[in-house]
Amino acid sequence: MSAVFEQIFQVGFLAAIVRIATPLAFATLGEMFSERAGVLNLGIEGIMLLSAMAGFTATSLSGSLWLGVLVAVLVGAAMGALHALFTVALGLSQHVCGIGVTLFSSGLAYFLYRLIFGQQSVPPSIDGFKPVPIPLLSGMPVLGPAVFNQFTLVYLAIMAVPLAAFVLYRTPWGLSVRMVGENPRAADSAGVSVIATRFQAVILGGALMGLAGAFLTMAQFNAFTFGVVSGRGWVAIALVVFGRWDPWRSAGAALLFAFVDALQLRMQASGLGHIPYEAFLMLPFIFTIVAMAFMSRNAVAPSALLKPFRREER
Amino acid sequence: MSAPLIEMRGITKIFGAVKANEAVDLSVAPGEILGLLGENGAGKTTLMNVLFGAYAPDAGEILVEGRPVAIHNSADALAAGIGMVHQHFHLAPRLTVLENLLIGIPGRSGRIDRAGGLARLNEISRQYGLSLDPNLPVSALSVGEQQRLEIVKALFRGAKLLILDEPTAVLAPSEVDGLFAALRSMAAQGLGIIFISHKLNEVRALTHRCVVLRHGKVAGRVDHPAQTTSAAMAELMCGHEIVPPVKEASTPGSAVLTLDGISTSGHTGTPLRDVSLFVRAGEILGIAGVSGNGQRTLADVIFGMLPPKVGTMTIAGKTIAQFSPRELQALGLGRIPEDRMTTGLVTNLPLADSMVLPRIGTEAFSRKGLLNPAAIRAFAEEQIKAYDIRCPGPMVRAGALSGGNLQKALLARELAFDPKVLIVSQPTRGLDIGAARFIHEKFLAMRAKGCGIVVIGEDLEELLMLSDRIAVMYEGRIAGTLSGADATVARLGLMMTGAEGHA
Repeated sequence: MSAVFEQIFQVGFLAAIVRIATPLAFATLGEMFSERAGVLNLGIEGIMLLSAMAGFTATSLSGSLWLGVLVAVLVGAAMGALHALFTVALGLSQHVCGIGVTLFSSGLAYFLYRLIFGQQSVPPSIDGFKPVPIPLLSGMPVLGPAVFNQFTLVYLAIMAVPLAAFVLYRTPWGLSVRMVGENPRAADSAGVSVIATRFQAVILGGALMGLAGAFLTMAQFNAFTFGVVSGRGWVAIALVVFGRWDPWRSAGAALLFAFVDALQLRMQASGLGHIPYEAFLMLPFIFTIVAMAFMSRNAVAPSALLKPFRREER
Repeated sequence: MSAPLIEMRGITKIFGAVKANEAVDLSVAPGEILGLLGENGAGKTTLMNVLFGAYAPDAGEILVEGRPVAIHNSADALAAGIGMVHQHFHLAPRLTVLENLLIGIPGRSGRIDRAGGLARLNEISRQYGLSLDPNLPVSALSVGEQQRLEIVKALFRGAKLLILDEPTAVLAPSEVDGLFAALRSMAAQGLGIIFISHKLNEVRALTHRCVVLRHGKVAGRVDHPAQTTSAAMAELMCGHEIVPPVKEASTPGSAVLTLDGISTSGHTGTPLRDVSLFVRAGEILGIAGVSGNGQRTLADVIFGMLPPKVGTMTIAGKTIAQFSPRELQALGLGRIPEDRMTTGLVTNLPLADSMVLPRIGTEAFSRKGLLNPAAIRAFAEEQIKAYDIRCPGPMVRAGALSGGNLQKALLARELAFDPKVLIVSQPTRGLDIGAARFIHEKFLAMRAKGCGIVVIGEDLEELLMLSDRIAVMYEGRIAGTLSGADATVARLGLMMTGAEGHA
């Protein structure tokens, strides 16, 4: 048994956690911004998939990784804008529209991928991001290889957390976002445009979801497959609740989920072969359900979440 | 007095077929407190929403300090120096006081300007005597403090004219005094104030001048409210004379509801601590107290929604073993809850359904386990006629009715079954004089018929008028009980703050 543990908790383990947590962190922060403004975005799963495909395609055609990232972010933002158009401007059901956006984006991703790449025996791949060691810091024991010898996108995710907290808690725009998510009438009577603020938050959220998608096809797998997102978007929605709509806690939730996911990957690879691997695959999701059951009891959602805002209503 | 701060000329606002405002003229000078009086639906709130930019007027113009301005939204109104304190506060409960103040204020070098905001808050606090802890979340503030925050918020944005929509409806008497003092101080320092109310004594005590609206039109103007009688102003509001209901002497019978040593524990609300009280047949017991001192818990216990931890309750001589609304109802308990919209009825269902809801499984309204729609409808139609409930018919969505008509519907529902005990919370909150009168008359009629009534309320004048005895609640206890003859507003007010106990 101890051999198994040694195999699991080797140096690469921490690095794997950080890597797995990165797309989750982007996606969770994106969903968090959207929900803080009062808009649930169930389009997240599809937006990540479409962005992953778009970024991969742009890089594959142009050869530029950063162009791919840009395209993924723009596509994510555009799909966010679409969701906002339905839910914020038209005030339609956030659940229905979100699922619609996911179905539409997924379908579009499959369709365009087939259209562009056809059906190939060996799926096309790209030369993805390479780890960029940070001088000096990467030489540190344990943390060095785990945190400071990673993809640039990982560093970006690490910086995104405090940045998101700063924007949300310290800037006038962040205050507006929190206010329109709590009491849009209060924001409106203070001269803040509820519609514009919600649009901005949902679009920013979509852009972050796009980054999450880009990471999957351009750093983690370097190829696009139809199952590349495989529920990460849905997990992010749970992680937002788990993280109580706070950037730091949400990032922590992403790390915790990544830990369980990395653990199950190692367990699959280790000597516990007599257990079907599907059992391990379930672990992170079981963990999410259990953690949600315990932790989200006291979680209080933004008061105006799911509620469309209409002006001249008596 | 100098040129008017705000002038509204010929304002007309039409909703569908209803003229909510018709050719209304109104002006406020700096340093003036203008009362805007009218019954519910007279168009006070609509007029102020036009002024604040929430509705666009269909005709008329608004002048600020003599210059015509176009006010399309609240940002325009704020820029013109108009601030509004809405009836329902526009605050985010989970954000702090300071954050609620700083919303919509540009930051400094990209950040929220906390230091600047604090300095400005302190300045306003000192100038008008409105102190607030900037770092508390709004949810930790009392209703009075939240209102103070709304006022500060308007001043924070440089309001020169402050509109207050029924500000005293939510306040305890002691808080009303504080509010009036602050408003007088603001007026003395040159601000203009529009005070919307239908409480005549308040308008007479506070305002310099008042405008009375009826059916959307100016029904009259009163230049010296303090020297005008309430009766005269009420007549302007209603269009006819108002006679207070006559309370006939009655000899109470035996106790129909008794609470003995009731204490509760619970996660929500103020727990009751050793509450004992009784109400006799043909008697009205008033329960006074500042909101949040256990009145809601008391109502929940009496109606069987919250079983007490210790203590016993007796209805008509029968000790209650099983606290359930259905059980107690069967024993002859009627209830009119505090919040008509959430616990009173189902706003999205037809009115008729809500009117039979508590007795929906009984023989009167169902046959062999199936609903009897004809009986339900007939019952609702009968009550609508008997109580003069103004609505298109029994099948209209309950939520579409006005507050007064909803309250009548709830009253009809309970009284139709001749309850032995009736418990009502805030029976006339938000209702206009006419509707309130109707409710009061019904209570007195029930009292004459031998029903024991418990009225939980914050409006002391109402309690004094109705009650044979008044018990005061303070921090979950009964602080004391006074007979109707001994009770005065001043004495009750003292007991409500815990200053005076009385057996």
